[in-house]
Amino acid sequence: MIPSAFDYYTPASLDEALQLLAEHGDDAKVLAGGHSLIPAMRLRLAQPEKIIDISGLRQSLSYIKEENGVIKIGAMTTHYQIESSDLLKSKAPILPEAAGVIGDVQVRNWGTVGGSLVHADPSSDLPAVAMALGAELVLQSTRGERVEKIDNFFTGILETSIEPDELLTEIRIPTPTGKKTSYQKLANKASHYSVVGAAAVVGMDGGKISDVKVAFSGLAEMPMRFESLEKALIGQAGDDASLNTACAGFASGVDALEDLHGSQEYRRAMAEVYAKRAIKAAISNN
Amino acid sequence: MKRTVKLTINGTVYERDIEPRTLLVHFLRDELGLTGTHIGCDTSQCGACTVSVNGQSLKSCTAFAVQLGGADVMTIEGLAPEGELDPIQMGFWEQHGLQCGYCTPGMIMQTRQLLDRNPNPSEAEIRRGIEGNLCRCTGYQNIIKAVQWAAQHAKQADTAIPTANAPEVDASELVKMP
Amino acid sequence: MAPNAMIGSPIKRREDPRLITGHATYTDDMTPAGTVYLHMVRSPHGHANIKSINVDAAHKIPGVLAIFTGDEMKKEVGPLAAVSVGGHPIPDHFSIASGKVRCLGEIVAAVVADSRYHARDAAELVEVDYEPLPAIIDMEKAYKGESGLVHDSIPNNLAATLEFGNDVTDAFKNAEIVVEQRYVNQRMAPNPIENRVVLAQFRTGDESLLITTSTQIPHILRTLLSGVLSIPEHLIRVVAPEVGGGFGCKLNIYAEEVIACYAAKKLGKPVKWTETRSEGMVATIHGRDQIDYIRIAATKDGMITGLDITAYCNMGAYLQLLSSSIPVLCGVICNGAYAMPAVHFKALCIYTNTTPTDAYRGAGRPEATYMIERLVTLLAHRLGMDPMELRRKNFIKDFPYASPLGLMFDSGNYATAMDKAMEIFGYDEMRKMQADALKEGRYIGIGQSTYVEVCGLGPGQGMTTARGYECATIRAELTGKVTVFTGISPHGQGQETSFAQIVADNFGIPMEDVIIKHGDTENTPYGMGTYGSRGTAVGGGALMLAVDSIKEKAKKIAAFQLEANAEDIVFEDGKFSVSGTPSRSITFQEVCLKAYVDPKMAPVIEPGLEATRYFEPGNFVFPFGTHLCATEIDADTGDVKILKYIAVDDCGNQINPMLVAGQVHGGLTQGIAQALFEEVVYDENGQLISGTLMDYTVPTASELPFYTLDHTTTPSPSNPLGVKGIGEAGTIASTPCVVNAVVDALRPFNIDDIQMPLRPEKLWKIIHQGTQNGNGHGAAQSVVQQHFGDDNK
Repeated sequence: MIPSAFDYYTPASLDEALQLLAEHGDDAKVLAGGHSLIPAMRLRLAQPEKIIDISGLRQSLSYIKEENGVIKIGAMTTHYQIESSDLLKSKAPILPEAAGVIGDVQVRNWGTVGGSLVHADPSSDLPAVAMALGAELVLQSTRGERVEKIDNFFTGILETSIEPDELLTEIRIPTPTGKKTSYQKLANKASHYSVVGAAAVVGMDGGKISDVKVAFSGLAEMPMRFESLEKALIGQAGDDASLNTACAGFASGVDALEDLHGSQEYRRAMAEVYAKRAIKAAISNN
Repeated sequence: MKRTVKLTINGTVYERDIEPRTLLVHFLRDELGLTGTHIGCDTSQCGACTVSVNGQSLKSCTAFAVQLGGADVMTIEGLAPEGELDPIQMGFWEQHGLQCGYCTPGMIMQTRQLLDRNPNPSEAEIRRGIEGNLCRCTGYQNIIKAVQWAAQHAKQADTAIPTANAPEVDASELVKMP
Repeated sequence: MAPNAMIGSPIKRREDPRLITGHATYTDDMTPAGTVYLHMVRSPHGHANIKSINVDAAHKIPGVLAIFTGDEMKKEVGPLAAVSVGGHPIPDHFSIASGKVRCLGEIVAAVVADSRYHARDAAELVEVDYEPLPAIIDMEKAYKGESGLVHDSIPNNLAATLEFGNDVTDAFKNAEIVVEQRYVNQRMAPNPIENRVVLAQFRTGDESLLITTSTQIPHILRTLLSGVLSIPEHLIRVVAPEVGGGFGCKLNIYAEEVIACYAAKKLGKPVKWTETRSEGMVATIHGRDQIDYIRIAATKDGMITGLDITAYCNMGAYLQLLSSSIPVLCGVICNGAYAMPAVHFKALCIYTNTTPTDAYRGAGRPEATYMIERLVTLLAHRLGMDPMELRRKNFIKDFPYASPLGLMFDSGNYATAMDKAMEIFGYDEMRKMQADALKEGRYIGIGQSTYVEVCGLGPGQGMTTARGYECATIRAELTGKVTVFTGISPHGQGQETSFAQIVADNFGIPMEDVIIKHGDTENTPYGMGTYGSRGTAVGGGALMLAVDSIKEKAKKIAAFQLEANAEDIVFEDGKFSVSGTPSRSITFQEVCLKAYVDPKMAPVIEPGLEATRYFEPGNFVFPFGTHLCATEIDADTGDVKILKYIAVDDCGNQINPMLVAGQVHGGLTQGIAQALFEEVVYDENGQLISGTLMDYTVPTASELPFYTLDHTTTPSPSNPLGVKGIGEAGTIASTPCVVNAVVDALRPFNIDDIQMPLRPEKLWKIIHQGTQNGNGHGAAQSVVQQHFGDDNK
C-alpha cells in the first residue's frame, strides 16, 4: 500500500518534460493519470527512482479534434473525456463505446489514453481499439518527433517500442467515415480488465464486408489482429452462418494468455465468439 | 526530499510539506485527520477511498497528493454543512443503504458523481455507476434504492437532520420488491 | 407511543448519522500522540526452514524503533489460543514464527517505526534466509501421508477426527436407491471491507493495557490476551470501536494483536498495525475448504432412510480459535430439513501449508446445507420426481424434533414457507418457461434450497467447550433515561437500534430515551460478542431478563410511592398503577427519580434502578425457509445470469424487518458469490494465485440480481423474544440454490455436479465438450465409488 520513495519532477512545459526524459529516461517513469503506474508502485511491483509528473502539460495534451480526416487525441485525454465526447460519438463511436467499459467510473475519470497505450497491459481495452482503427502514435523527444504505426508499437507484455527519452503526445486516427464499428468484451469480474475483447472496424459494400480490421485485447501478450480472419471476412454478408465459417479456428494457433479467469483454450474460443459478436454488433450499429 | 503541496479541501486551503510518494488518502487521513475517507484495498478495486477532485470522483489511493496541487477536493466531511445532510446521505439512511458503514463514505461520494452526470439513472445505470465501489454487507440492493431515493429527493430543500423519532419507512416496500 | 409499537417496526437506524457523515471512528481513525507503526515481515514460502534473519540493514532506515523476531518474543509471550474439540492436541502457534514457517504470509519479523512509510521501507530490508520445503497443499494427499508433515508430531496431518450420529449400515444395506457424490466446498476469503486494525497502548505505572481492535469478541479476546501475554485480565481493556464488518474473521485472537501489545509494552508508545487487503488475503483466516463424500439412501418412492458423510476439513497450517469447531457446526445439522432415522457424519480435520481456516459467515452450516440440498435435488432427479415434492415428503413436520445427530429442532413450518416461495416464484410457469426455452436452445435452470440452520450460540448444554450465554446491564438513570450495556458486539447488524426498540417498548418510553452501549470491556458485562446469528436471539434474551428485573424493582418502588402492595401494581403504557384503580399511578420516569432521590425509601428499598442479567438459552434456534432461483447460461461463453431470486425466510418474530431484510440481502450475496465467483486458490507450492482483489472476485453491483424477499413467522420457544437468527441464513441457503439452478440448466448434458465457483469456462466446457473432467469440474464417479467401496451395492 506504500510506494517506495522517488525523486519527483514537475515539468511545466513539453520542452522541459522532454529535457528531463533525455536526462533521466532510463530510470524515470512518466506519471500522467497514474492509474496504471500508481497501483504497480503501491504493491512495489514498480519502484522507479524518478517520477516525471506531467500534470503540468494537462492543458496542452488534453484534447479531441478532427483535422483533414484525422482524429487527434491528446495523450492526457482521460477515458471519461473520450467516453463523453460528442465529436467521437459521431465520428468514431467505437472509442466512446470502449472507453465506457474500462475499469470503473473513477478509473475512467483519471486514467488517460496515453497512459493506457504506453503501459501496454495486454488486457487493457484501448490498445486493441486503437489497433483496429489503424492509429498512429506521435512520439516526441529532444531528438525530434516520430510517428509510430500502432501495429509496430506493442512488442510484448507491458512493452512497447517507445524509447526511454520519448513521450507519447498524441494519438492520430484516420476518421473511420462510413465504417461500422463495435467493441465487445468478456470482462474479468474481479479486475474489470478484459478476459477477451474484440474491436471490429468494418467497411460494407453492397451488403458485403469490403474491408475489416478486428483486434483483440486479453487474448495474447499484446493486442493483435489476424490476417487469416480478416481475409476470410471479406466478401461475407455478416450473417450468422457466414460469420461462423469465417471466424472458425483463426485463433487456434495463438499463444494465448492464461489465468484463473480463462485458460488458453477458453481464450482462443472466446476470441472467436467475441469476434463474431463485435462484427455483428458493428454491422447492426451506426 | 519533501515537497510543498497546497490543496483546497472542503473549502479550506491546506499547505503541507510532504514526501512526494504520499498517497492522497494518507494525506487526508494521516496529515489532516480527515478520517471519513477509508482504505479498503491496495489495488484500486474497492472505492472506499473515493473523493471528489475538481468535480471528478477519484480513488484517493490512486493519486499522489503532490500530483493534485491547487485542486479542489471534497470528502465525505464536506458533502453537507455540519448538522445537515445531503439528499444522498438521507437516501442511504432512509433506505438502510449501509450496515457496517465502512464503504459508505466512498459509496456516497461516487453516488454524487453518478447523479451529477445522470440525475435519473435506471437500476442498471446505478449498478454500473457504482461498479468501482465494493460493499460486503448490503448486497447493493438497498444502496440502489438509496440512490433512487436521492435522485427523487435531490431538489428538496429541507435536508436538516431530523432529531428524535426517526421517520419510519414502509416495511412492505422493503421486503417485497417487484 | 403504545406498547409494542416499536417492536416489529422498520425503524431507521440510529447508527447511521455518524456513518453517513464520516464522523464514525474505526480503529485506524485513532492516532494518539506518539503513535508508532507496526509492519510485518511475512514468509514468501508456503513451507520453509528459517536459517537466519538479518535486521541490520532494516535498522538503518530512519525512524525505526524496534524489530522483533520469534526467538526473542517466544521467551516472554505464549502461543496463540485455540479451542480443542474433545481434547485433540493443539500445536504451538507463536505470533512470530521461529525456526520454521508453515504457510505463506506467516510472520517472521515485526518492524516498528515512527511512520507507516518508514516501517514499510524497513520491512523490505529485513533479510531472511529460508530453506524451502515441499508444501503440503492437497488435504486428501496430506491425510494419506503422501506429501510429508506440517507438524512433525502429528501423523497423517490429522488434527482431529469428529464423529456424530448413529449406525447407517442397515439403512444402506436395505436401501432401494443410493446416490453418492463428492462435493467440494471451496476455500473463501471473508474480506470485510475494513481490514483488521489494532491499536495497543500500554501505560507504565499502573501496568495497564488498552487495546483497540477491529474485533467481534472484545471480552473473549481480553481473556485470551491475558493468558497469552501473562498480563492479569483486569489490567486489560479491549475496545471494539466502529467495526467495518466481520463475517466471522474477526472472531479470533490474532498474532498481530499479540505483537502490537508486546511492542506497546516494550516501547511504551501507542503501536498501530493496519492490515492491507493483499496482506489480509493470507493473514486473516479463510473459510470453508471442505471436501465431502456423501451418500444418501432412500426408498423408490422418495423417502430418505439414511445419510452418510465423510468430510475432509482443511484446517490450514495451525488451529486458530475455532478452526476445528467449524466442522462440528456442519456435522450436527447435515440432515438439513429432513427427518431420517439414520445419519452418520465423520470429519477428518487436516493440516496443510495454507492459511488457517475458521468461521466465515455461516461457519459449518453452509457446508452442511450445500451438500444435503445438492444431493436431495440429485436424488429427486434420479427418481424422476420433482425436487420440491421429494422435499415436501421428507420435511420434519413435528416439533420439537430430536435428530439422530443430537439436536432438538425448536419449531418450524417448512412446507408453508415452501408453498409461499413457490407461489411467488411461479414455480409451475417457470418450469414451463424452462422447457420452452430449451426448445430454442436456451439453457435455463431452476434451483432450490429448503434450508434449515442452527444458530443462536449457544445454549450451555449444547456447547462443547464452554458455557454459552449473553449478558445485559440496564441502568435506568435518575432522569428516566435508560442506558443499556450489552455483551454482544455489533458491527453492522444494527442492535443500537433494534435493542433500543425492545427496551423502549417494554418501558413505554420514547426510543430516544434509550442508548445502547457495546464493545468496551470496561463498561459492558462479560459477553460472548457477535457471531453465529446470536445477537438478538441470545443478547436479546439477556436484555429481556434485565427488563424484567428492572420492572420488578420498579414495581416495589411504585408500590411504596402509591402505598399499595407490589403484587397489586400493574405496568402499562409507561405507567405503574394499582390494579383496578388506574388513577393511582406513577410514571416510569417518576419511579426512576424516586429510586435515586426519595429519602423516605431509605430504610426499605436500596437506591438505584439497575440490573445485570445473563441469559443462557436452553436450546439453539433453527431458522429456515425456501429459496428459489432461475438462471440462464450463455451457451457461447458459459456466463451465468440470475433471472430471478426469491427468498422466503422464517426467523421467528422480527424486531425490525428493515434490518432483517438487510441481513438477508447481504447473506444472499455472499452465498451467491461462493457459488459463482469467489475462490482462494493456492498452487502446488503454496503460493496464492488469488492474492489480490484483482483475482479474488468480490462481486460488484453489476454482477447481482434484485432479490424478492418474503417471510413466514414461526416464533422460537428458545428465547423470550421468540426470535431466530437471520445473519447467516441467506449465505447458508443461497449457495446450493444457485448451483442447483445451474446444474438444472445443464441437465441436457447429463451432468450431476459442477465444482464451485461456477466460472464461465467450466460451464462452457460442459456445453461444448460435454466433459466434466479436469479443470475443477465434478469428480469422476470412480473417485466417489472408491471412497464408499461396495458396501451399499
